[in-house]
Amino acid sequence: MSRYQGHPDAVQALVRDTEVHKDVYIDQEVFELEMAHLFANTWVYVGHASQIPNKGDYYTTTVGTEPVVMVRHTDNSIRVLYNRCPHKGVKVAGEVCGNTGKFFRCPYHAWTFKTDGSLLSIPLKKGYDNTGFEHDEASGGLATVSDVKVYRDFVFCRLNAEGVSFEDYFGNSLSTIDNMVDRSPEGKLEIAGGVLRYMHHCNWKMLVDNQTDTCHPMVAHESSAGTAVKVWNEAPPGTPKPMAVELFAPFMSPYEFFEKMGIRVWDNGHGHTGVADSIHAAYSPVPGYWEQMVAAYGEDRAKQILGEVRHNTVYWPNIMIKGPIQTLRLFKPIAADRTLVESWTFRLVGAPDMLLERTLMYNRLVNAPTSVVGHDDLEMYERAQEGLHARGRDWVNVARLYDPAEVGQTDVATNGTNEWQMRNQFRAWSRYMTATMQEAK
Amino acid sequence: MSNIPTSQQLIDFVYAEARMLDEQRFEDWLALFTDDGHYWMPLVPGQQDPRLHTSLLYEDKLLLRVRVERLAGARTFSQQPRSRCHHLLQQPTVEKLDATAGQFTVRSAFHYVETRLDTQTLFAGWATHDLVLVDGALRIHQKRVDLVNCDAAFGNINLFM
Repeated sequence: MSRYQGHPDAVQALVRDTEVHKDVYIDQEVFELEMAHLFANTWVYVGHASQIPNKGDYYTTTVGTEPVVMVRHTDNSIRVLYNRCPHKGVKVAGEVCGNTGKFFRCPYHAWTFKTDGSLLSIPLKKGYDNTGFEHDEASGGLATVSDVKVYRDFVFCRLNAEGVSFEDYFGNSLSTIDNMVDRSPEGKLEIAGGVLRYMHHCNWKMLVDNQTDTCHPMVAHESSAGTAVKVWNEAPPGTPKPMAVELFAPFMSPYEFFEKMGIRVWDNGHGHTGVADSIHAAYSPVPGYWEQMVAAYGEDRAKQILGEVRHNTVYWPNIMIKGPIQTLRLFKPIAADRTLVESWTFRLVGAPDMLLERTLMYNRLVNAPTSVVGHDDLEMYERAQEGLHARGRDWVNVARLYDPAEVGQTDVATNGTNEWQMRNQFRAWSRYMTATMQEAK
Repeated sequence: MSNIPTSQQLIDFVYAEARMLDEQRFEDWLALFTDDGHYWMPLVPGQQDPRLHTSLLYEDKLLLRVRVERLAGARTFSQQPRSRCHHLLQQPTVEKLDATAGQFTVRSAFHYVETRLDTQTLFAGWATHDLVLVDGALRIHQKRVDLVNCDAAFGNINLFM
């Protein structure tokens, strides 16, 4: 007897104004409904155009739990195809990335498909004469994701053919992507420096919640950032401040700093920390970069671009972008209690290498499976994943600074320790979970 | 060590270092590094650049000290309870013994096990020690750890390989 499948009311009841039911994190049926509805109704990040610069280049990934391949078609457009041969189900693209030429060739029976998914050829095709094959699903080739949007080289898709438009879904939240791209003097980003892949035995939403949780760094990360500050304070006077200390130290900022830095909340579950200030605001200038930006944009515009120091921007459901340090974290759902976190980094095309070096160091120090920061976050998630099974309490609390008047408001900046953004995520969760759910008869 | 180390002394150094880690004598271990020493775990096979390509770890002595002090800290929650580790080394080989330059390279294939609570994780790879003499004693200028699956997705790697 399913409790949630076919019961949109039961799904909606999992999210209250200030509380979220534990099943949202631990129930596998809820997870499967998320894959069927939430990840099909929303615009989900696929990859970056710089990963597939040439015709025939492809990159394999997942959207929710769906295996897909993002490919540069012969007309130079970017296509997203389900990575599943219509014949026997084999993934036609096997490598993480590569070049497939003008067509994909399934390695099992040599069926071939153009890079728009259409069926090109089948060996011994005659064997399908008079079988009604043209009416079979397989004659349609590789299934395509019809709604793909490339925004400033960021590739998103919506699996369901109908639903909210890209523009309505993201609205003003795209300003974070704009800012990250504008930080390149050429207005261009490239994926660079490799991807850190970190396996988490917890629900994917614990990671998303954490991105705008500003009351944890000084507690959970005392052992890493706090120790870094302590070790640095013991260095002989006059020692230049190492880049690593500059990156670690702001984690230990007091509550007051995080309250004042602010959170901005957009519609549909998007939002960001770091409105007025952020932990990325006070990095040392990189020689030559400011001059490049002034030459490219003029002084006023350059100041405006670099003065935007947003901390974490959540693009609901499952990515977070850091504009000032050119990082994208992708929270890939695998099961109710399993998530693969991929942390990607970008080169600001035309900018000095030292910016990429700093970005990579940040990514390594904070997002690697060897990271002393990541270790303590993961410990919290995994303890929560186990703790939530306890019977004595059924709800996760997200009440901090709740105001009933907030419902329906968008594009609002508020106190940086407000859990409004988490509530915003769960309102979007409820909306896009149930938008296409049918009541069981 | 009065002047030039023998091959056996280089090999013994690597075995002793692994034992130090298994016994969690981290302060002693840290003292084995030169002041400009690095501990490097590349992210991709054959990686040459630790600066413009990210790594699992590329730590100077300051960052290694942060790790060691953190492991001893009272609020290091991911180490409550603590991890334990076990190194199994194949006989190391001396790859370079340059007495004139005072540079020595030792390579060892290893299996490394890290445990915490009920989970035991096995890693396999090769360690490359670039050693130098400092005041007559061998010191690590760089320890490079290449995991055979360095580009795989891992859970927490808490200690040192």
